[in-house]
Amino acid sequence: MSDAVDTRPGAILRNNLWNNNPIFMQILGICSALAVTNLLTNTAIMTIGVTLVTGFSSLTVSLIKKLMPRKVRMIVQTLIIAFYVIIVDLVLKAFLPEVSRNLGPYVGLIITNCIIMGRAEAFAQSNGPIASFWDGITSGLGYMGVLMVIAVFRELLGFGTLFGYQIMPASFVPWTIMVMPPSAFFLLGLIIWAGKTAMSKGGQPA
Amino acid sequence: MTPVLNPFSLFFASIFTSNILLANFLGMCSFISISRDIKSANGLGLAVTVVLTVTTGINWAVLQLLQALGLVYLRYIVFIIVIAAVVQILEMIIDRVSQTLYMSLGIFLPLITVNCAILGVSLFMEIRDYSFWQSAVFGFGSGLGWWLAIMALSAIRKKVDKAPVPAGLKGPGITVIIIGFMAMAFIGFSGMLQVQ
Repeated sequence: MSDAVDTRPGAILRNNLWNNNPIFMQILGICSALAVTNLLTNTAIMTIGVTLVTGFSSLTVSLIKKLMPRKVRMIVQTLIIAFYVIIVDLVLKAFLPEVSRNLGPYVGLIITNCIIMGRAEAFAQSNGPIASFWDGITSGLGYMGVLMVIAVFRELLGFGTLFGYQIMPASFVPWTIMVMPPSAFFLLGLIIWAGKTAMSKGGQPA
Repeated sequence: MTPVLNPFSLFFASIFTSNILLANFLGMCSFISISRDIKSANGLGLAVTVVLTVTTGINWAVLQLLQALGLVYLRYIVFIIVIAAVVQILEMIIDRVSQTLYMSLGIFLPLITVNCAILGVSLFMEIRDYSFWQSAVFGFGSGLGWWLAIMALSAIRKKVDKAPVPAGLKGPGITVIIIGFMAMAFIGFSGMLQVQ
């Protein structure tokens, strides 16, 4: 992204998890993700899928970047991503059919998740395979972190449970709004706010 | 789970009660970045509507073919290729036919291939087992719904630009919260029709 990309593993990790977090700094990839955040289990599985797909597609793009003609690179990248998403989809269907049904079309929509394409384009095109893989994985983790926070709030307040286990006392009245779409937007807005404020308080990140 | 709906009510359901953007969160990326300017929002909305209508119809036919061949697991790749091809062809046609239209619509077309709404509608069509007419109407209606939502948002953002918003919330933060309110407003319609 910036002019001189620091490719040391530690720097990549710090950048992707916080300084340049895909969600609250770049506002990428929220398309397919907000819909699954009303249950923690679904969110966890979905974001693990995204993390793996990002990592492996960055790795692949980096490996074949010399062979790819520039003009068709977008479609080639999309096909690489689609290939990994199909693997994730088949694995989910085979081992976690319940979750696969809950996620519905959102597994397929990982393909159009802008984070994956963004990392392939911004990082993997110009860096070595190992660094690209690490960059993809950490971007996925940064994404996961934010979505998990949203999911904790939505499941706890919307159903009174976490990972399906009852947490709140029986007298707790679930907040129906938390299960519905608007709450995802509100929580995301608040998280972006908190993240940006914390970042500007801490001064310009090193 | 899938109520059989006649195309007419499906059309209205896909615009209002299950708006592709506000209820299913699809197409958010370009929604947030383009909605700053009402003119571009209009152009992108039109482009999305056209592409959605065309691709949903084609993908329906392709899906029937894949099912006949037993290759349904290839659908993601095939859908995305169809979408990319349609976008490319549309771009060439518009370039030939009308330069003015190309200037207003053409520049948005490349953005559309990676718009999740397009792929999302095709995937919903598959999961809900729509017939051809249902798919066509669903695609068209979803496009109109997306268009309506982006126009509304860019109009609201024009006002918000002048409002004193806390520094950390400026830009994307407040936009996401506005979208939340819009989603709440659209939920108000859901008593009339329900499509799952």
